[in-house]
Amino acid sequence: MKVVLKNVDVIHPDEKINLKGVSVLLNDGLISKMGELTKNEIEGVKEFDFTGKILVPGLFDMHAHLREPGREDEETVTTGCNSAAAGGFTGVACMPNTEPAIDTAEIVKFIKEQASNHLVDVYPVAAASLGRKGEIISPMAELVDAGAVAFSDDGVAIKNSSVLRRAFEYANMFNAPIIEHCEDESLADGAMNEGINSTLLGLPGLPSVAEDIIVSRDILMAEYTGGRIHIAHISTKNSVNLLREAKKKGIKVTAEVTPHHFTLTDDAVKSYETNKKMNPPLRTQEDIDAIIKGLKDGTIDCIASDHAPHSLEEKESEFQFAPNGIVGFETTVGLAFSELLHKNKLSIEELIKKLSINPRKILNLPIPKFEAGALANFTIVDTNLVWTVDISKFKSKSKNSPFDKRLLTGKAIAVVNRQKMFFEDQWIDLSGA
Amino acid sequence: MALSSRHLLGLQGVSKEDIQTILDTAHTFREILERPIKKVPTLQGKTIVNLFYESSTRTRISFELAEKRLSADTINFSVSGSSVSKGETFKDTIKNIEAMKVDMVVVRHAAAGTPLYLTKISNSNIINAGDGTHEHPTQALLDMYSIRQKLGRLDGLKICIVGDIAHSRVALSNIFGLKTMGAKVSVCGPSTMIPRNIKDLGVEVIYNIDEAIQENDVLNILRIQLERKAREYFPSIREYAKYFGITQERLDKNGKDVLILHPGPINRGVELSSEVADGSNQIILYQVTNGVAIRMAVLYLLGTLN
Repeated sequence: MKVVLKNVDVIHPDEKINLKGVSVLLNDGLISKMGELTKNEIEGVKEFDFTGKILVPGLFDMHAHLREPGREDEETVTTGCNSAAAGGFTGVACMPNTEPAIDTAEIVKFIKEQASNHLVDVYPVAAASLGRKGEIISPMAELVDAGAVAFSDDGVAIKNSSVLRRAFEYANMFNAPIIEHCEDESLADGAMNEGINSTLLGLPGLPSVAEDIIVSRDILMAEYTGGRIHIAHISTKNSVNLLREAKKKGIKVTAEVTPHHFTLTDDAVKSYETNKKMNPPLRTQEDIDAIIKGLKDGTIDCIASDHAPHSLEEKESEFQFAPNGIVGFETTVGLAFSELLHKNKLSIEELIKKLSINPRKILNLPIPKFEAGALANFTIVDTNLVWTVDISKFKSKSKNSPFDKRLLTGKAIAVVNRQKMFFEDQWIDLSGA
Repeated sequence: MALSSRHLLGLQGVSKEDIQTILDTAHTFREILERPIKKVPTLQGKTIVNLFYESSTRTRISFELAEKRLSADTINFSVSGSSVSKGETFKDTIKNIEAMKVDMVVVRHAAAGTPLYLTKISNSNIINAGDGTHEHPTQALLDMYSIRQKLGRLDGLKICIVGDIAHSRVALSNIFGLKTMGAKVSVCGPSTMIPRNIKDLGVEVIYNIDEAIQENDVLNILRIQLERKAREYFPSIREYAKYFGITQERLDKNGKDVLILHPGPINRGVELSSEVADGSNQIILYQVTNGVAIRMAVLYLLGTLN
């Protein structure tokens, strides 16, 4: 089936492509031509008018929790992928804190199988240690063969330095990064950022130094072993500074930040609303300023959602006892555009790098190519669309977002990948006649 | 005479006028407590639930007595542990209780913020009887009332709160209330038990107990929790008693007639020596009596508001 995407701007920062108002002809989901099309070429072809919209390489979210296997009441691979597509992502990496953990080839294959017919590519991040217990490293070779792209004991940092060292050394055989949730467990007995607000609210605090200590440890171990460390959801000023110094020294370190960590401060917790509870916790304006500086100067490579679905009944509890995390697929692009593009912190090219190119590079995945014959893998964004977040319209099974009713500027309006297109709430098969 | 809120969740943000109103109202109830017949019909027909998710003897009895003195119908609901471990969600429990048509809920809970959450899911007047390490407003009000009765004022007084400040809801409520009333507040205790940002609340920090005695008109001594978790914050009870415990010798040495409060229950020989606990500086049982009057005042002011 042929379709044409008309009058769209095209930006591909990695291929230095920047075109205005061109047409993109697709044939069975492959790129046929990008540029001026003749009357003949579009004769009888289904048209989509994307005037004023921007076509970019498919966005990629490298930190998501799809909850399958184990908590299918909160999310499944399918509903998670639907949510990701609605948010503008054509690929996601899913974290291993499932039940059981992703620590065998069978589970990696199971997850890939669940996603096999979906528009969204799913790449499992496997556990770094068996059962994420931090005792024995996982069967990394088998896991990589099955399709795992990185290793993490997500939810917690790898427990001790000795296991961390082995994980780095072993994963390095496959050039796979270790993704760390940086938090010193012995300091982590809290419910929100430690500071004046935790004192005022009477809530136990999670000190920023708990993150900084593990970031330091991991950077030092990455340097010593030559391994690759990727810092998940960075949240503190000191961690950003440590990372910047490490990069200067040539240590193989990368990092991601979530939209909530550059949008909200711990002032938001004053309502004791459990959808403001996540780990790492919301920090201070000083941390946000450092994070935005880190995004601008390249210290922070990616923006990732940390999409973490939780059931309503679990979140509807006392703040201290509520689980950590919020859903993020469907608000990440809107928040990134609103907080970074429209506040002149990052350019559209920089944003596309952090939302599409860099995460794929970190995970050794191919970057979508904009050339004839390549599989069409792209996202179409409307950077100026003003819209209101409505959790009841989320494709995700869970609705635990602190951003309900928030006005955002900028949204992904369509995605194309694997011979499928998702646009205006319709799944369109591009392969058929 | 009315308060500007229909709940009492804490003293943070409560105006001087409201605190004044509560203290003055408590004074009239205090007089009733000295009568042979200690009961008034003020809250007749009102139903009050004492919802205690954390074990408490004195606060619960004090509230219950205050409710009975005001002729309200009272129900005690005590559960230990969180709603999570209980099977039924907290929200469902509240909805069930409220379906029985209650007017006011007095709540004690191990999780900070629970009283605020209650205001969102319930139509009753909510009174916080202690939420986690957040606030315990009626305790602070009865402390303030007791001080005002003994020393004639709060404005300009120097008051030091001694002990585990970081894990105390009594400390936080006292700080908010006393600062609003114009007192100069300091805290004293082992540095591991003082919140890092306490100075941002306009509170001075003293690490030397002798200095605290010398410089203040009032010491409000907090109970040191003796269970294991709290013990991690100081090396030994012996060391705590030696460096932060109030003894008669210490009071005499510093030559000052400082007023001593304690919310109870006392650990004799730890934060207070027995001599001090029974001595002439302390007003511990006086506080307990005033506690009933303060709670009557709060229940009356909130219960007759709407």
